[in-house]
Order: sequence, then structure tokens, then C-alpha cells
Amino acid sequence: MDKHVLLRDLDIPNIRELDVYQANDGYAAWRKALTAMKPDEVMGVVKDSGLRGRGGAGFPAGLKWSFLPKDMFPKYVVVNGDESEAGTFKDHQLIENNPHQVIEGVALCAYAVQAGAAYIYLRGEFYEPAGPLQKALDEAYAAGMLGQNILGTGYSLNIYIHLGAGAYICGEETALLESLEGKLGMPRLRPPFPAVQGLYAKPTVINNVETLANVPPIVLNGAQWYRQFGTEKSPGTKIFCVSGRVNKPGNFELPLGQYTIRQLIEMAGGVTDGRPVKGILPAGSSAPILPASALDTKLDYESVQAAGSILGSASFVILDDTVDIVWAARKMVRFFRHESCGKCTPCREGTFWALRLYDKIVAGHGASHDIDMLADVANGMANKCFCLLGEFATSPVLSTLKHFRPEYEQFVREHSDGKAGVYEDQLIRDHAISVNGVEPVGVAH
Amino acid sequence: MADLINLTIDGIPVAVPRGTVIVDAAKKINNDIPVFCYHPKLKPVGMCRMCLVEVGTPQVDRATRQVVIGADGNAVIAWMPKLQTACTTPVSEGMAVRTNTKQVLEARDDVLEFLLTSHPLDCPICDKGGECPLQNLTLAHGPGVSRFDYEAKQHNAKHVPLGDLIFLDRERCIQCSRCVRFQDEVADDHVLQFHERGRHMEIITFSDPPFDSVFGGNTTDICPVGALTTADFRFKARPWELDSTPSVCTHCPVGCNLSLNTRLETRSGGHEIKRVMPRQNEQVNEIWICDKGRYVHHFTRAEDRITRPLVRDARGNLAESTWEAALQLVADRVRGRQVGGVIGDRIANEDAYLFARLFREVLKGGFTAMSPAFPTAYADIARTYGVGKDTDFKELGKGDVILLVNCDLEQSAPVWFLRLRQAVVDRGARLIIAHDRPTKMHRYAARIDQYELGKAAHWATEQAAALADELKSARNVLVVFGDEKLSAEGARSLARSLANVLIESGHTGKANSGLLPLYPHANTQGVFDALERGFTVPEQVGVAWLVGVGDGNAVPKAAFTVVQELFLTDLAKNADVVLPALSFAEREGTFTSGDRRVQRFYRALPPLGQARADWWIIQEVAKRLGAKWDYKDAGQIFGDLAGHNALYAGLTYASLGQVEAQWPPVGRADLYYGGAVYDNSGGIGARYAAGAERAGFMPAVEWVTAPDADIEALQRLPRMLYQDGELIGRSKVLAGHIQFNETEIARAAR
Repeated sequence: MDKHVLLRDLDIPNIRELDVYQANDGYAAWRKALTAMKPDEVMGVVKDSGLRGRGGAGFPAGLKWSFLPKDMFPKYVVVNGDESEAGTFKDHQLIENNPHQVIEGVALCAYAVQAGAAYIYLRGEFYEPAGPLQKALDEAYAAGMLGQNILGTGYSLNIYIHLGAGAYICGEETALLESLEGKLGMPRLRPPFPAVQGLYAKPTVINNVETLANVPPIVLNGAQWYRQFGTEKSPGTKIFCVSGRVNKPGNFELPLGQYTIRQLIEMAGGVTDGRPVKGILPAGSSAPILPASALDTKLDYESVQAAGSILGSASFVILDDTVDIVWAARKMVRFFRHESCGKCTPCREGTFWALRLYDKIVAGHGASHDIDMLADVANGMANKCFCLLGEFATSPVLSTLKHFRPEYEQFVREHSDGKAGVYEDQLIRDHAISVNGVEPVGVAH
Repeated sequence: MADLINLTIDGIPVAVPRGTVIVDAAKKINNDIPVFCYHPKLKPVGMCRMCLVEVGTPQVDRATRQVVIGADGNAVIAWMPKLQTACTTPVSEGMAVRTNTKQVLEARDDVLEFLLTSHPLDCPICDKGGECPLQNLTLAHGPGVSRFDYEAKQHNAKHVPLGDLIFLDRERCIQCSRCVRFQDEVADDHVLQFHERGRHMEIITFSDPPFDSVFGGNTTDICPVGALTTADFRFKARPWELDSTPSVCTHCPVGCNLSLNTRLETRSGGHEIKRVMPRQNEQVNEIWICDKGRYVHHFTRAEDRITRPLVRDARGNLAESTWEAALQLVADRVRGRQVGGVIGDRIANEDAYLFARLFREVLKGGFTAMSPAFPTAYADIARTYGVGKDTDFKELGKGDVILLVNCDLEQSAPVWFLRLRQAVVDRGARLIIAHDRPTKMHRYAARIDQYELGKAAHWATEQAAALADELKSARNVLVVFGDEKLSAEGARSLARSLANVLIESGHTGKANSGLLPLYPHANTQGVFDALERGFTVPEQVGVAWLVGVGDGNAVPKAAFTVVQELFLTDLAKNADVVLPALSFAEREGTFTSGDRRVQRFYRALPPLGQARADWWIIQEVAKRLGAKWDYKDAGQIFGDLAGHNALYAGLTYASLGQVEAQWPPVGRADLYYGGAVYDNSGGIGARYAAGAERAGFMPAVEWVTAPDADIEALQRLPRMLYQDGELIGRSKVLAGHIQFNETEIARAAR
């Protein structure tokens, strides 16, 4: 792209500084909204722009805002910066290098729904980017962009940063709310939806960091301007995180629906050592893996879904032919076992059981029927879990079995000597089981 | 209830009130959708995923907004793509539910198999074995064999004390959160919580002292597995060995319905109570009891129970005697003498009635009194302006006012605390509290009046007019009052002022309104009713006859003293004749609770030694004095009581034992809701009408002057739940909880 809409730090050095940001249209949308637009007009522009949530579900943002009851106060805006999906690092870059655009987006959203407070929930590990973000907030307050009676309009807004305690589940919006309230991070029953009973049981908008970073240019330039990017159903640009076996992993901001996965990998410098692609994880560990045959899939929500996976947060993890698929699947299952909140039975027990089976297989005790059992366990979980985390946890198992079952078969044939071999270190480190007489030293949490 | 929703479950039509969840709707047509985390007394959470069903709603044409009708004339159902949790999904008009399809049955299999991967399957040594929802549902829905490698099981601590009364087995726990939710939603003692996450998630207690709640035992009942067990019952017996007998708790005016679980025990030479469980009575205690009621039963088989009549011998020692000799001695001594009879307020209606009849017809010129005596000062007012006959605490809510005066509800009537708390917190009743100190109930109060120590009656006199004015607009007014730190005169003044408030505000003689007195024991009202008018005994009498009068209560001085007791109390040690009585567990009869509900209790244990029911002892003496009495059992006496005492007219022993179907159905054989013996086979009792409800009654305001706070009043201490006493002291399991209360005077002196 010639000019980035979101990753403007790539075009403009030091845009994280308030004066640089302001010199480049910074807070212009905020001034425009506060002085010349009614809250509903702001919401209307965002609705018209077709902006879809960038957290994974792709739900239209303006529509989400409009679900808040008009006559219930206080209302809150909560920003989901948990960014916990494996392979996702887009919000990190936004918060660290273009924080004022995030803050301006949050402010515009708060104004649109008439919230008086906004909370930016960052994952616990984001204590580093939290610093620049707090510094930017302080600057915005000092410049009169936040706080009481902003720009003399009578509108007041406070924005707070909250660091989580390190749980994947807190990326799920209701678990995030629980965590923000100081409770154990577990998803809530829906309905009631957060729009009606969210934070502290008050009407709440929850949007991803990237989603809200789109709002200032939309408000400033209008819905039509925004719609020049992307497709009819998926307008705008999207940040694609590329990692795994590529030469230049990183964030790439592209219009939705214009490029293919193959082109994205090329932008990332191509596969390491020029090897062939074996599998693609379009949204980290939670998305079903796609085989190399899907390389020409267009990068938008609908196309990726048609190919058999989900675009989600667009965190592409590229696996090449050196990657052992059983190892990779086990690693992802271990992640989900580790991150399962424990609220519902299928996820709590299913991830645990699946990991035990993987451990058995990589420890050299597996047999063909263990592979069937893996499928049974994952199918037993599917569509029965309380939230999507549990459903996601079945993806690495079911999708790798779907596309790479022969590799599993080969693996158990070659690793049936009761020796973990190259996996021994990892098994012991994971403390999952005792391996060949080496006892785990503690219980992995 | 007018707002009924129609739906079909497996094609069977059912109509239930709006807001009902599918699980409960299915219960109406005897379709037991399996559940673990769901409990009808707790808010649904949808965690265990056992209740997944297929749910569909009528398809609506987008253009016409009309329900699409299929070729068969029925609405076309749009089925949801995924299974839904029946415990969290409220019914809607025209909804269709399928609970018996392959998809549903497989889902149950899957979820159950998941649960069992972590479960130790140690049923043979588990206290829940035999009445365990997990065990039952495994048989009904589970796979026949385990596919999970035994070696891969995660082993956890099996004997984790959560406080001194409850133990947690972390392996058995299925993380359903019923215990956590009970403590949060029902008891409002936030002492349990989940800790860690995923497969490592476990229940912890974070209060200090740990599991600090007087309702904790209930968590073991609703636990759907054997994860929570009481220190009392743990490893004591298998559930199927136990006999269950309906009974009523004797320790506070609530009258909680109990089931006494007994077993033949060689150690105690016969049967003994192995555990006490709540018995469902939605009118009284729902399915809850407090820990005192649950654990205090050990006195029934205490080693120091008196088992033979004792008579003071020539050397002045109490020596074992025979019934014939002892009864004849009593008859000889009371004949022709002025007798002062005092009867404790834990004694059953039948004994009290017969005692009163003895003095009325045989020992004419004698005197009777109730012990403790102070409730006699206000029991008549409480009975007249008491809660209406059809009062149901569940109906108290928005628009109603609950006034608590001079009482600590959690300590003196724990289950009323639960129920009235829910009326306030969950259903929006307005709570006004007047007291001299903060109590646990204070946190829910909309208004708090604090008065000086011992000045409750003064407060009521001063505030009555303003209160009456304020309460006129209320839908119902329930007034709960206690007598702590009041003299008899003061308590009467307080009760009278509160009655005046009800009269002036128009809340007498109707359901869900009236006085609710916090009597000291289970049958204060009943004994008061039975004694009719005989409430005072002179300080000096010829013979003192004390029936179930505990130490520390006023008794007349006499040359000859007869005591009917369970234990050799100080009173008994100084008596001339001590007659061994039966405990409530060894006999039957009726109690009248503080809200005037007459309830039957039944014989769970055989008599201990030669001990006899109090009524039998009284009758045997009466016979020896020439009375032509021939009562064979308590039921016969109750029949006479109801015929004699207008208050009890219309009640029959048989009708008190009748059970209506109760909702929710927690006691059925399916045991899904945990706790085997909720089932009520002993009757739900009946409340007799308050005086103000009776024909021709005219409520009249009448003022009783409040006395100045005096020494006597300040010595009357608040009753604590675990107050040191004859009975509680014999339950070792409660040893760490017993409260030794000191008087205000002693505290001031210190």
C-alpha cells in the first residue's frame, strides 16, 4: 500500500508523538465529531463504512454500537487489547507505535454511544506497549483531548488502561469483562449481551484495538472514502500478521479481498529456505489449518471461510514441509489445555484428554486407535462448549486429521518403540507426563 | 401464573409460566433432562453441558411476520443448528424441544465420558455412592467402559478440609459450582471460589476462619458427586444402609423439616442417627437447614443419657429405681399438695397439653408455667397479630416491607434469615431494621434505626405512629421481633407497639403480613398454647414438677422436686425423683413453630433404656391419682388437644402428615439435584389462623408502657446460634463453634 491507514508509523516516523500525530490530521476527526457532529452521526458514518470487527468475529462495528439502549447510563467502552491468539501481534504494533490513533478511535466510539469512561484492557504481557500508550494518554489529557469538558463541548471522557493477568480466555469479550471487574476470567452466559448488561451490568461496547483504530480516518474522511478499500462485504484495510516459517515475519496492512495468501507470503519474504508450504493457519491456533492447495484463497472473511477455515484476527502462521504436523498439533492442543478456563466440561476435560493422547503418541506409545480416539475426543467437544475457546480447541485436532491423517499414521508407525526421542525434552518441560521414567517435577499450569 | 407459555417436548405439549427454563418445563411432564450444574434453587450457569437438547422455534415468514404452517397443519419448526443447554434456555411460545434424538443422546454420552476422565470412580468408598447423580447418570447415559487410560488420570488431594465441618475431595469434584453459587446466592457467605483454571481448577475457601458459614452443610447435599462431605457423616455409613424418618428440628422457632438418617449400630446398642438431612418443605425451610440443626443430633445417643428412673434414697443419693416405684412415689407426693409444674418450651404439644390437663383436672389448685417464662409476656400478642394463615415467604417481594426489630435473624432463626434475605435481595422487598447493634441482615437494609442498649421497647413506642403512617402504602408488612435485652414487661411493650403499628397501617389478619416472633425454641408457641392460662408458679410450692426445664431457668423452691429430663442436669442432680424422658428422635408428636405451623415429627430411634415419652410419664402419674386416662399414642392426645383448644380446631393428626406435590421436585428418585432424602413423606404441616383472622375479631390498639432499661433486661442476652448448652455440648463436631456469651454487665465490669 502506498499509504497506510492503520500502520501509519511505517509512513510517518515518530507518529507516536502527539505533535507529529496532530501535524498529520491527528485528532482532527475527534475535533470534527465533538464540534460538528451529533453522536448518532458518528455512529451513522461508522455504520455506513461497513467496518467489521477486527477481533476475529467480523461483526459490523456500527451495528454493535447501535445495540446499546439509549436511556441507560452509565455506559462503557471496553477495548479488547488482550491479543492472546497465537501468532497475533497487530494490536501490539498499533498500541506501541501509533497509540494516539487508538485513543482517538476509543474516544470517537465513546462519544458515539455517549459513554463517560473507556477501559483499554491489555494482556498482562503487554506491560511494555502499555508504557507508550499511557504516555500518549497523558499527552492527550494534557492537550485537552480527554478529561472533563473536552474542547469546551461539555462532553467528558476518561480512558483507563487495565493489564490482564495472562489468560487467553480473557480475549473472549465476556471473560474480559469478568476479568476487568476483578473476577476469575470466565465467559458469561449470553443473553444478556454486553450491549445491554456488560461491564458492571451496564451497557457496554467492546471492540478490538484495530477496529477502533479504523474509526478516526472513517469519521474524518467519510464512509465512501473508506469503502474504496476492500470488498463490498469486507470494506477497509486489515492488518495481516504473518509468522512461522517465513523469511520476514511481520504485520502487513492490506485492503481486504485484494490479495491472496500466496501473495501475502511473498510479502513476508517467502517461505524460509524456499521450501514448499505445508499448511496455513489463517488465525493462529484457533483456525482450522488449510493445506497448500488453499494458497490462492483471497484474503477476506468470506473467501477464507469458503476455503474451510476462518480469517479471524488474520494471524497467519505458515508451516513448511519441515514441520512435523503431529508435533505442531500437539503444541496447539497443549496451548488450549493450558488456557482452558475450566468452566465447561467438554473444554476442560477434552483438552486435557486430547493432550494426554498426543503425549502418548509423541512419547512413542501411540497406536492407530489413539488417532481415532483423538478424533472422537475432538468431535465429542465440538458444538458442546460454553464459548468459542472450546470449539477452537478442536480445530488443530480435526483439521490436521482431515488434511494430514497419513502423517499421523506414519508417526505412530515410526514412533512405536516407547521412546520419545526428539520430543523427550519437550514432554518433560511441559510436565505433562512422566517420560520413560523421568517424572514431572510439578504440575504445569 | 396467567402468563403461560406453550411448548412441546418430544411432541408432548406442556404449558409453563414465562421464564421457566426447559429443564423445569420437562420435569412437569416427568422428562428428566440430566443435569449436574443446574439446581432449581440456584441461578442457571450452563457449565456442565449435560443438559444439551435440540431446540427449535416456529419459523416466521419475514414478509408477513406470520408463523409458517406446514403441510401437516402444524407450525414449521426452525431448529437451531447447535444443541442448546436446557438449563439456561427459557421457554418461548411454540418452542419445540427434542430430548431423545441420537444427537442428544450422543452428546450426553460425550459429556459424561468427559466428566469421568477426571473422576476417580472410587464409588465403593464414596459417601455419595448410592445417592449420587453422577453415578446414576453414568448408569443411564454413560459409556459402559472407560476409554481413558487409567495411568493418565490426574490425581488430586482427597482429604482437603474446607473448615472443620466440610471436607473436599478434589478428585471427585466436577467443577459444577453448585457449592460456590449456594454460598453466594443463597447463604450470602462468600467463602468459596474457584482457584486456578482448566483441568487444575479447584474449589478453595478464602475466608478466615475457613468456610465461615452456618449454612455450609447444605453444600454437601447439593453436591452432585461425593466431593463435599461433612466431617460428621464422612465414612460413617453407606446411604443405602440408612433408614430415613421425617422429623422437625427443635432448636429454633423456624421448625425446619428434617430427615433423620439412622442405622443399626452395635456400638450404641441399637440404632443411632448417622446424619440429619433437610426434608423439603417449601413453606418452611425449602431444602435448607443450618449447621446447628445438622450436627447437634449427637445428644440423642450421648453416653450420659438417663436411662432409668432415679429416686433419692435414704442416704440422700439418687439411686436407680423402677418405674413403678418412682411413679407411685411421685403420685403419693403430689396428692393433696400444692404443685408447681414448669414445662420447657422444647417439649411437644402432646406432653404440654397433658401436663396442663393434669393440673386442670387432677392437681387442682396447682400452678403451671413455661420455661423460659419471658415469651409468655408476648406470645399471646404474637399469636393474635401473627402472620396470616396463608403466608408464604416466597410471595414477599416488591412492594412489601420487612421490619426487623431487636433481633439477629441469622443467629436466632437462620433459615428465616435465608428466606427473608431472598425476599429483600432477589425480589425487592424493603427492609427496615431497628436494633442496638449491627447484624448480618443490616447489609440489606433500606433503613436502619439504632437505639441504645435495652431500649427496643422505647424505640417502638416512640416510632409507632410514624412507622404506621409510613407502612400504610406497603402491600404487606412482616414484622420480625426478638426479646433480647428486654425484661418481660419490655418485651410485651415492644410486641404490643409493633402490633399497634400493624393495626394502624392496616396489615393485620391477612396473608404475608403480621408479627413473627423469634422464640427461643421450637415449640414455645405450642407449649404456650397448651398451657392456656397457667403461666405463673409461686416461688415456693409444696412439690416442684419440672418437665424438660434446662439449667439456668427460674424454678420454684419446693420440699420435693420431680424432674423429667434427658440428662442429669444440675436441676436433676438436686431433684428427689428423676424420670428419664425420650428425645424428639425416639418418639412422635407435634411442634408448633414460631409462625404457628403445627408439624409432626416421627420416631426414628427406639427408646433408650427405660426412658419414656413425657406424656406417658404424666399420664401414668395421673392414673395413679385416679384419672381415667388411656392415651395410647401422641396422635390420640393431639386429637383431644384439637378438640379442646379452639386454636387447633380443624387440625387432625392425619392431615398434618399429608404431603402435597411440591415444586421444584427435588426429592424424587432421580436424585439429579443431589441429596437423597429431601423427599417429604412426613407431611408439610398446617398453620392455624391468627387471632386477627378469626371471625368477629376487632383489632384494637393498646399501649403497654415500656419499662426503664433495668438490670434484669441487660442480663437477657442475645441468643447465639451455637450458644453453649446441654445439647450442643454433646456434639463433638461442633466443639470449635460453641459460643460462650457473657452478659453486658460482665463485659462492662471487665
